[in-house]
Amino acid sequence: MPPTTTYGKGLRSLALATTITIGLALVLIFFYAPLDAEQGFVQKIFYLHVPLAIVSLCGFVVGGALAICHLRTGDRKWDLRSYVAIHMALIFGIGGLITGSIWAKASWGHWWVWNEPTLVSFLIVLLLFATYQPLRFSIEDPERQSRYASVFSIVAGAFVPLNFIAVRLAAQYVHPRVLTLGGGQLPGSMRLTFLVSLVGIALLYATLWKYEMTAKNTRFAVRRLRRTLLGEDAVRPVGRSAAPS
Amino acid sequence: MSTLLAAAPAIPLGESGKFVAGAYIVFVVLILVYVTIMAVRAQRIERELAELQRDVEAARAGTEAEAERAREPAL
Repeated sequence: MPPTTTYGKGLRSLALATTITIGLALVLIFFYAPLDAEQGFVQKIFYLHVPLAIVSLCGFVVGGALAICHLRTGDRKWDLRSYVAIHMALIFGIGGLITGSIWAKASWGHWWVWNEPTLVSFLIVLLLFATYQPLRFSIEDPERQSRYASVFSIVAGAFVPLNFIAVRLAAQYVHPRVLTLGGGQLPGSMRLTFLVSLVGIALLYATLWKYEMTAKNTRFAVRRLRRTLLGEDAVRPVGRSAAPS
Repeated sequence: MSTLLAAAPAIPLGESGKFVAGAYIVFVVLILVYVTIMAVRAQRIERELAELQRDVEAARAGTEAEAERAREPAL
């Protein structure tokens, strides 16, 4: 792993921007956006659930794009970036799935509905990426691990938009459409609130990605320092891990 | 703040309010769990750094003692 010490740069301002945007989003959600005529107060979940799902899916695609950079350059820093992007997207995806499930219970009376294409397709994407970490863990050699994981990330990342388009093209669906290609069906105040929430969640994703990258790079830097100062024997072997080493 | 609260619509804390609160609590808990895990990792890095500092100082003390012994005239 090449010496990289700049990941922490800008983390403070990014965290501040995230806090302000999410704070503003919460104020808009609960004090500005009107109650939905059909769903009432339950619709407030959408300002959280939909951005979490969108950012999660984008995170998977970003993970795939970063994996392409890894395969093109052979530089393992791209593998680490891709790994953290997918890891974060999984966490956000789980958040999106749970909040969506809570909305489904409040709105439809069921925690889960199997005949709803959007829900099931999202679950398929999430389960697909849930195999990413076990796949990495099953490969002991770090070089092979990063290469195979990158191939998986690219294929699975390409599956995300295909899956999204397929669901959109499906004739029958009952999932509410918050945003459409025509600009959305939301009134102005709701659209503004939704967009601020989306930016807030996207910033949170970027902040946590940077936070984890900083932590991992600091750990690598400490190991490098130990190797340089005390020699190879002074560094304890990492052991089998799903994370890039 | 009081003006903002006065201008805000009444929040229905009935059946639907319970679900909305649940969804937002899940989000906060998820972030808290993540931050806690990262805090534990940060502590581990701190421990490793302290250990490295100790080892480097011990190695330096060893080298200095060796150099001192080399300077001493043989009897």
